[in-house]
Amino acid sequence: MPKTIIYEAMTEKLEILAPDGTVDEQLLPPLSQEEVLGLYRDMLTLRAFDDKALKLQRQGRMGTWASTLGQEAAQAGLAKNLTRADWLAPTFRESGLMLLFGVPAVNQYAYWKGDEAGSLFPEGVNCLPPSVPIASQLLHAVGIGMALQKKGSDGVAVGFGGDGSTSEGDFHEALNFAGVFGARTLLYVQNNQWAISVPFKRQTAAGSIAQKAHAYGIPGLQVDGNDPFAVYAGTKAALDHIRAGKGAYLVEALTYRMQSHTTADDHTRYRTPEETALWAEREPVRRTRLYLEKKEWWDEQKEAALQEELAAAVEGWVKELEARPAPKPEDMVAFMYQEMPWHLKEQYEFLKAEVKR
Amino acid sequence: MSAAKEQEETKKLTLVQAVQDALRTEMELDERVLVMGEDVGRDGGVFRATEGLLDQFGPERVMDTPLAESGIVGTALGLAVAGFRPVAEIQFMGFVYPAINQLFAHVARFRNRSRGRYPLPMVVRMPYGGGIHPPEHHSESYESLFLNTPGLKVVVPSTPTDAKGLLIQAIREEDPVIFLEPKRIYRAFREEVPSGAYTIPLGELRVAREGSDVTLIAWGAMSRVVLEASEFLVKDGVSAEVLDLRTLNPLDLDGILESVRKTGRAVVVHEAPRNTGFGAEIATLIHERLPLELEAPVARVTGFDCVFPFPMTEEHYLPTRDRVIAAVRKTLDF
Repeated sequence: MPKTIIYEAMTEKLEILAPDGTVDEQLLPPLSQEEVLGLYRDMLTLRAFDDKALKLQRQGRMGTWASTLGQEAAQAGLAKNLTRADWLAPTFRESGLMLLFGVPAVNQYAYWKGDEAGSLFPEGVNCLPPSVPIASQLLHAVGIGMALQKKGSDGVAVGFGGDGSTSEGDFHEALNFAGVFGARTLLYVQNNQWAISVPFKRQTAAGSIAQKAHAYGIPGLQVDGNDPFAVYAGTKAALDHIRAGKGAYLVEALTYRMQSHTTADDHTRYRTPEETALWAEREPVRRTRLYLEKKEWWDEQKEAALQEELAAAVEGWVKELEARPAPKPEDMVAFMYQEMPWHLKEQYEFLKAEVKR
Repeated sequence: MSAAKEQEETKKLTLVQAVQDALRTEMELDERVLVMGEDVGRDGGVFRATEGLLDQFGPERVMDTPLAESGIVGTALGLAVAGFRPVAEIQFMGFVYPAINQLFAHVARFRNRSRGRYPLPMVVRMPYGGGIHPPEHHSESYESLFLNTPGLKVVVPSTPTDAKGLLIQAIREEDPVIFLEPKRIYRAFREEVPSGAYTIPLGELRVAREGSDVTLIAWGAMSRVVLEASEFLVKDGVSAEVLDLRTLNPLDLDGILESVRKTGRAVVVHEAPRNTGFGAEIATLIHERLPLELEAPVARVTGFDCVFPFPMTEEHYLPTRDRVIAAVRKTLDF
């Protein structure tokens, strides 16, 4: 019997806006000037939001923070395609995307400052609290996607992970369930090259994460995650596919974590200055601004005005944060069950009385 | 028990049939209820606990899943967040470990971490315990894992009537419930079980036998062993009260204390290992709350602190009627 080929695979990468600000006009998505400026504004908003958190942490006014610096295009480009019918199952590095999706800045600052109540998001914002155990949340997005499919909803659930998450069993279970059940789920991996100190090549011998989709019978695509047009166009294609009822999709956004893993980490222990300098040239805001200037849609004056406006917005968020009432210690036991069982009532009263003294 | 229990129509069912009857009854009443797990569809479950459900409710509501416990529990969480009430089956408790991350890191914490926004009305059923002479990893009793994890409710029926009423209640709970099914007594006996929907509130123990000399406390398959011991003790003139806890979290502490106040003595029996087993917690609670009313220290009859043995010696691992009787005598002679 001759050998037969049972499977042949091809995985595409989408790149539109180069680091020097030039674009591939053929692939450029049909966005108006206003929309493009909106994307740029979104990216700068994320950068300001992130930068303030880093500063607050250094001043001791914030706990540990996981920076999104350098991943603005990967988050803003996707956010532009999401609607209120959609659901997010984010990790701890989706703060920018959550902000654009409608999770208020003050909630996120409060969460990272150490107040669980920060994770009580407004009604109508379908976003789970950020998940810390790596890859576990991908399954939640698949479960929600299965529910949306059963209900005939227009929504899509987006599950997030990083390159490190793709080594966990839950990543593979999530892709597998998503494929088997045709879940209305986008699995979105921001491959920022580093899982704390471990480089991407130590997570997998495969050349990309996107190609792993083939093994689960769902489509996969890699986009330049530092290119807002590629992220926008690539995730739009994936979401259109899912919204049309054709099942789940895996998108890998190739990006770079420009900061340390969190404020508790020091990336200079494991990365060379040459590498970070190289990626600084590829970062998304710089190339987008070059593009805007070439189009004569942007100048120094507009930049200064936007920066001033964002600085004021950020100060407003900090004021909101610092005006929040301190969390009540007894609340740590108050939300465990619908009704407090006797043993928690005892502990609740103990805490309340102790705090009073 | 709710009023429907009073209705006249009953069916003679085993415990596993009562589980199936509960699932069917609640799925008929509430279309948000889903059943999912390995072999729960076409096969009707390896113990037949979901038999006939696929035919009646179709593959959208009765889902054979890939063979992946973390995936089952993780996607059940997502389904619960988005408005369904999933009942997930883990085929044996010994296979739950891949799902522990989902259960401990997420299921148990979701209400709290969302400050009440996302309660999780979901049930994770799993057959547990020894006594059926299976291969390795099919006999574990690790209820303490779940009891030491705040945010989970833990229910263990020991009769067909309780199994049905407790499971329907578990499905109606707004909190996640770990529903442990004592597979050793899945088919041990039949009893008349009300045909309609009825519920038994979580956190209420059942006095399986009234007595005045000593309180025997057990759950699951051990409730049967303890009941048998109590019948034997009658011959010696010892009147034992038997408490079947039914729910381990929330625990019916008032019910336990009420009995021990009366008897002054207690023996806790479980097949799980002794070290940090739930018997330790119950004994401590009794000692803390009734220090002057006890005639003897609370005794424990438990499994050993070893790996659950292979079938040829498992009967030496599990607490027996005679071990319970010996512990009662020691307590009486104190």
